[in-house]
Amino acid sequence: MNEIISKKNLSRRSFIQASAAVGGGLMLGFHMPDALAATISPKAQSTTTAPGTEINAWLVIDKDNTVTIRIPHTEMGQGGLTSVAMLVAEELNVDWSKIRTEWADANRHLRNNKEYKVMSTHGSQLVRLQHPHLMGAGAGARERLKQAAATAWGVDRAQVEAKLGVLTAGNRTATYGEFAEAAAKVTLDKEPEISIDPAKWWLLGKPTQRLDIPNKVNGSAQYAMDTRVPGMVYAAVKASPVPWGTLKSYNFDAIKSLPGIIAAVPLKAVPGKRGQPDLQDAVAVVATSWYRAKTALDLLPIEWDFGDSAKTSSAQYYEEGRKLMDQKGLVSGKEDPQTAEIIATSKKVVTATYERPFEAHARMEPVNATVWVQDDRVDVWSPTQDQSAPITIVADQLGVDPKNVYVHTIFLGGGFGGNGGGGTGVTRQAAEISKQLKKPVKVVWTREEDLAQTKQRPLSVAKLTASIGDDGLPTALFTRAMWASLDGMNQIGGATSDYGIYNIPYKVPHRQHERHNFKTHIPSSTHRAPGANQMGFMAESFVDEMAIAGGWNPLDWRLKMTEGLDDFQLVFQTLKDKAGFRTDLPKGQGMGIAMVESHGTIAAACATVNVSRRGRLEIEKILVVLDAGRVINPLAATEQCEGSVCWELSHAWTGGLDLENGRFVNTNFDSYNLLRIDQNPHVETIFASSGGKKFGGLGEPAGPPAPPAVANAIFYATGKRIRSTPFRQHDLSWT
Amino acid sequence: MKFNLTINGKPQDVDVEPETPLLWVLRDEIGLTGTKYGCGIARCGACTIHVDGQAAKACQIQASAAVGKKITTIEGLSADSSHPVQQAWVEIGVPQCGYCQSGQIMSASALLAKRKNPTDAEIEAAMADNLCRCGTYQRIMQAIRLASSKIQQA
Ligand code: FES
Ligand code: FES
Repeated sequence: MNEIISKKNLSRRSFIQASAAVGGGLMLGFHMPDALAATISPKAQSTTTAPGTEINAWLVIDKDNTVTIRIPHTEMGQGGLTSVAMLVAEELNVDWSKIRTEWADANRHLRNNKEYKVMSTHGSQLVRLQHPHLMGAGAGARERLKQAAATAWGVDRAQVEAKLGVLTAGNRTATYGEFAEAAAKVTLDKEPEISIDPAKWWLLGKPTQRLDIPNKVNGSAQYAMDTRVPGMVYAAVKASPVPWGTLKSYNFDAIKSLPGIIAAVPLKAVPGKRGQPDLQDAVAVVATSWYRAKTALDLLPIEWDFGDSAKTSSAQYYEEGRKLMDQKGLVSGKEDPQTAEIIATSKKVVTATYERPFEAHARMEPVNATVWVQDDRVDVWSPTQDQSAPITIVADQLGVDPKNVYVHTIFLGGGFGGNGGGGTGVTRQAAEISKQLKKPVKVVWTREEDLAQTKQRPLSVAKLTASIGDDGLPTALFTRAMWASLDGMNQIGGATSDYGIYNIPYKVPHRQHERHNFKTHIPSSTHRAPGANQMGFMAESFVDEMAIAGGWNPLDWRLKMTEGLDDFQLVFQTLKDKAGFRTDLPKGQGMGIAMVESHGTIAAACATVNVSRRGRLEIEKILVVLDAGRVINPLAATEQCEGSVCWELSHAWTGGLDLENGRFVNTNFDSYNLLRIDQNPHVETIFASSGGKKFGGLGEPAGPPAPPAVANAIFYATGKRIRSTPFRQHDLSWT
Repeated sequence: MKFNLTINGKPQDVDVEPETPLLWVLRDEIGLTGTKYGCGIARCGACTIHVDGQAAKACQIQASAAVGKKITTIEGLSADSSHPVQQAWVEIGVPQCGYCQSGQIMSASALLAKRKNPTDAEIEAAMADNLCRCGTYQRIMQAIRLASSKIQQA
């Protein structure tokens, strides 16, 4: 029997004060009583944990003026927790040192008809799309406090000022805490406007230390992976190595007498259901510890029927993809028949085919879930980017009322656009096993299972062709792209197989963009900056090919081709001023640039690389210039840009999942050996903000321009044009 | 099989198969979940702890081999996050998702215990096994340099 963290431990750790003890001058903490308490003994998660008066679903004000802000979003390292708190606090106008945070209750959200509007966290949307209601929650509370004071003091609401937690009218003053109870009863004729003018902000726009950091330097931050509940058993799971294969048989007798083994549970796919969180055929071995379960599973004889999928491979998909480059596809945007005609009759034509492999999220927190099914309630701990999603998934799996499903929010050990590990079938696996065994179950996938079975970024191929006019600029651009997506999905998140290509902003007089969806059995899903990541590399490498073929400097080409588009001009001009981009460095050194727009943000990068004669690549520096309109926390935004660059280079330089006989063969960090500290470039981030009404995302956009910038730099350093990834597979040597 | 281990200065009785990796003993038997699983094959560093003061990968150490050794996990690095490496990590704002950071901090603190003022190449060599998918490497470099100066001043 496992030991459970003691109550004493709990009380010490559940009020973590990021105090002067950690030396950063941080006086506030992240308060997570429910997450931790729930880790010990599940109970109905309620929103009455914070002391004080609830003004609205997002905030509670205590008599001592402490304000608790409820976070309806996932904190996966992107600073979302802090961003939510800042957006609410800006409008409420309260001393930042008085802020505490706690997770919002997903079950309440469901019961009260989506009270928090949105609980998912993806698409760099938190600030971009959720700021109106988050700022609105702060503004609504502030005006109610003012109204409560106005009524008590017999003055107009307009005469009351609310600032840093204090209400003032004439010579009267009171704290927010004093009027919190009265404010909760106030009804306003109309909700106040929010202020989106950065010039008027007092908190937003200032570099702010993230609130979750202190918990992440001492082992106290809890992830789904760390869940421990009384009586919990552990499961290791193996799905068909060729995804969607059929389980024929297994021999439990072979492992049954191993230490701690409790059961083997077969899991079955539901015919016709191959979507995001659906079950595949799999076997789970359940034991008293995860290590026992895993060891026994490795020894369990299992027979599968892989079907025709076992004949597929990356090589075959590339071949099929290249064939599709000669076939008409679906048209993205509008049809322009002149495009092909102009190219056919042009004196100068540039054409190139690009290829990229499958890639995995490879979140450091492996896929896992803990579910406890009891007669009257179900408790779930899931590594998810959408706290409300596991409720529906589990309710569906078990056939129970969603209102009786409780999700306990915890930190997420990496999101990267795939909805965390919870976006796989793991939550259903845990629900099913817990139901059958009538015990709380923690399912953990091995890293091998994680890389083989999570939802991948599709393999893709694109062929781009341009005719070049007498001035060296393109007269027409024709592109065809293909990806291998699950059952031929046409769209993944917001992306199609040519997103990142068809939407380039350059003013080529004639353009036609076509796309294909090739069917695979490999589960597909969104990845950080979907589409822009994979195909942005192809488009922006080809832009350099076009520019160079026409005798243009690639940066001047981009400036020329975006004339009249003010925000693009701002970004390119800033890059030109800051990067010192040049094309005349000695051989072995090179600079390259690229620009990809995604999530409402324009991001341009300049890479500086060194390549030894023998072909050893060093990426010295990546400078990124971004226009996200406005930036609410420059510190967290800069961290996200550094991380996004590393993320994309991981795949482009060192990644590449290889499919052979229908299954992935490099499924741990020895063979899928992603970017490490000694390969990481220095990243410098510059915000060139155009302002206006633009609220661009910043959790993803800095990444996509990095790989093409590097490939373009490698061209200048070596004369070699890289048209596929990972770069590590290319011979970069030169003489 | 019963073993007595010394973890963060405290004796701990555990009852596991002798070959059980220390990682799972710490996490599932003792409840010290700050030490993380990432790969199980010594290629990610998420499970890094100190064994007699040296950085070691807990996924590679059998429980039986840990008997008689001084084991330190992230929870035992300091009582109040006051280790210079932890302080530097907060000041520079290193962690993003945080999942790899226990391992990063344990590797960095073992390095600085041996070499108060490491070169960048020494830092990179000591940290190369610690994978971070969030891409916090640049801040890890900065924080190790800051921690190094804190240690030298102390
Ligand atoms: S889990 Fe031990 S090195 Fe990855
Ligand atoms: S901080 Fe997320 S993996 Fe390193």
